[in-house]
Amino acid sequence: MDLSYGAEHEAFRAEVRDFIKAHRHSAPKGDGLRSRRVLAWQRLLIKHGYAARTIPTAYGGFGAEPDVLIARIIAEEFAAAQVSMGLGGQGISMLVPTLLEMGTEAQKRQFIRPTIYGEMIWCQGYSEPSAGSDLASLRTSAVLDGDDWVVNGHKIWTSTAHLADWIFCLVRTEPDAPKHRGISFLLFRMDTPGIEVRPLVDMTGAANFNEVFLTDVHVPKDQIVGARGEGWMVANSILGHERDALGDPNVTLVRLNALIKLMQTETVDGGRVIDNPVYRDRLMRIQGRVMAMRCNDMRVLSARASKRDTHLARMIVKVQGTELRHELEQLGVDAMGELGLAYGKNPYLRDHGNWQSHYMFYLGLMIGGGTSQIQKNIIAERGLGLPRGVRAPAPH
Amino acid sequence: MNFGLAEEQTLFQDSLGAYLREQAGLDRVRRIANGEEDAQALWRELVEFGLGGLSVPQEQGGLGLTPMDAAVAAECLGHQVTPSPFLGSAVMAPLALVLAGGQENRLQALATGELRIGVALGEAIGARADAGVAAVGSRLHGKALYALDYGADAYLVADANRRLHLVQADAIGHQPLTTVDKTRATGELILDNAPAILLTDNPQHLRQVIDAGRVMLAADTLGAAQAMLDQAVAYAKERQQFNRPIGAFQAVKHLCAEMAANLEPCRALVWYAAHALAQIPDEAHLLACHAKAHLAEVGTFVARTATEVHGGMGFTDLLGLHYWFKRIGFNRQALGAPELVREEASRAQKLAA
Repeated sequence: MDLSYGAEHEAFRAEVRDFIKAHRHSAPKGDGLRSRRVLAWQRLLIKHGYAARTIPTAYGGFGAEPDVLIARIIAEEFAAAQVSMGLGGQGISMLVPTLLEMGTEAQKRQFIRPTIYGEMIWCQGYSEPSAGSDLASLRTSAVLDGDDWVVNGHKIWTSTAHLADWIFCLVRTEPDAPKHRGISFLLFRMDTPGIEVRPLVDMTGAANFNEVFLTDVHVPKDQIVGARGEGWMVANSILGHERDALGDPNVTLVRLNALIKLMQTETVDGGRVIDNPVYRDRLMRIQGRVMAMRCNDMRVLSARASKRDTHLARMIVKVQGTELRHELEQLGVDAMGELGLAYGKNPYLRDHGNWQSHYMFYLGLMIGGGTSQIQKNIIAERGLGLPRGVRAPAPH
Repeated sequence: MNFGLAEEQTLFQDSLGAYLREQAGLDRVRRIANGEEDAQALWRELVEFGLGGLSVPQEQGGLGLTPMDAAVAAECLGHQVTPSPFLGSAVMAPLALVLAGGQENRLQALATGELRIGVALGEAIGARADAGVAAVGSRLHGKALYALDYGADAYLVADANRRLHLVQADAIGHQPLTTVDKTRATGELILDNAPAILLTDNPQHLRQVIDAGRVMLAADTLGAAQAMLDQAVAYAKERQQFNRPIGAFQAVKHLCAEMAANLEPCRALVWYAAHALAQIPDEAHLLACHAKAHLAEVGTFVARTATEVHGGMGFTDLLGLHYWFKRIGFNRQALGAPELVREEASRAQKLAA
């Protein structure tokens, strides 16, 4: 067991700290996605290598070699200082790595730079009303007509569709091929005629998602990533990236500390909630689980740093991390009893209603990005080597 | 950075695991559990292997290894449900003797296997009815129940004031107590004006000894639960019903996935808690509490679920899966049930009075 990052990495940490100290006054705080402050901060971060760090300089990035410890140090220091790490979103976290792996040179040059600088905002058109866990059964069609694809269909759970400039979208181009081989990966502008975006209000009351209706949408023929029928492979080349971010135990630790504070502050029958041994025991059970997930996270980080296989330890993070977080938020609600029900405009609201809204939001995250049940299939089949189950035939 | 086992530790784990599989398989465990073979012979072999002196300083003829090495050994012993006095003689007693000071001869004897020391600390961890140990001068009075590693030459005994004593087995009354887990020898000590050596009256020392024991029990449960999961997965691949392996059904698949998803992070927690015992004193106590309590919960879940995956066979003596179930059940209660240990975790953070 060696928990040190090493002298070179600690020197880098000192650099990051100095940068934050010198520049934190210009960091955005709740400014809009396209605000001047957000865009200037993003440019500054890329210039210093704290954002788009491993994107080649030819496409506007910083051009450093990937180093998971460096990436972790940046995340730790910005989180500790509570300073914005710059822009995220599906364009930066999903499309850019996909293009780097599967895009043409022209596509890389056209799309990567404006995306990482926050000038081109993307949404992801994957799920459909009848294609959720069985995503490969998607039905949105694209038919070649001269120099254009003509797209028709209905996408759902599309975050930021109402803000996006472009969409990366899975469509069926080969209706006669087996379902995984009939899909293509298209890119098109969201102001193309025939696109209608309708907000989808979720149980928290927010409209984080949208439905996107596509009617005779014309897309130039070359706006395809990978070949016709290879879209499933293109999309899967980076699916793991999304899951890694869900259920991060270091974020959960921040919530655990907030929960301890809540239970020390709130009272019931004149005594602090934490002085009730039943609540306290629930808190300690959660704390033990958070500790286990943080240790697991260090194990995965260290294995990735030395390019070793992390196998099960990484595979279980999404299901364990999101369920743990949901239960943690539930204890926050329970610790307040009726007060925990306060939501929206209520004079007795605690912490802006965060406990109740996170409690519901994390139920959403147990479902989104691959449901807990699908995660368990993956763990059982790919992690433990159990036989693949019955799969329904592709729809025709 | 390397969060995990060093290369030598992996080699040690592989060689001890292989030795136990070959020399102390389930047949031998059964014979010892049924009283048809003396556990002593196996412990002599394991002392030869180096387990006796694992934590004993090199000056006293031991290997002078770390608690992390000891946790690796404990995991292997749990994996094979090996009957042995490892917990007391190889981990808790050497630590107690080192903390006490001036115990070089006994440390030497532990390393050679001539001396075995059991553990009777119930008075300091959730004292129960029918027991109670009081010290008057250098004499102990009362009774200690559920002494671990029964059959030893001497015992560590805690009194009501959290002082730690050593008593010789031949100077006290004692008798074995039958428990559900026959891979662990347990007994009661009758202390009637019993001569005792005060090892330390520093409650901090007693806590360190208990912390080390708890991490070893957590590691033992980790190994035992991993063995149960491995057996359940192998059975699910092989057992056919409705013309297919039962592991092809999602109901069974998800049980296996839930076991793996809960158990896998435990490995990192046990490593870190073991590392902290010697290297991060400020965090060691809290981590030891959480490792003990969390492994108790996950171990219990795996023990039940792996048995269910085996269907009726899991319930039989023939298969022997119950040895692992009972070992995990024993580890859960020994040195503090999870509810008590979690309350200690709250106190360690000043969250409880």
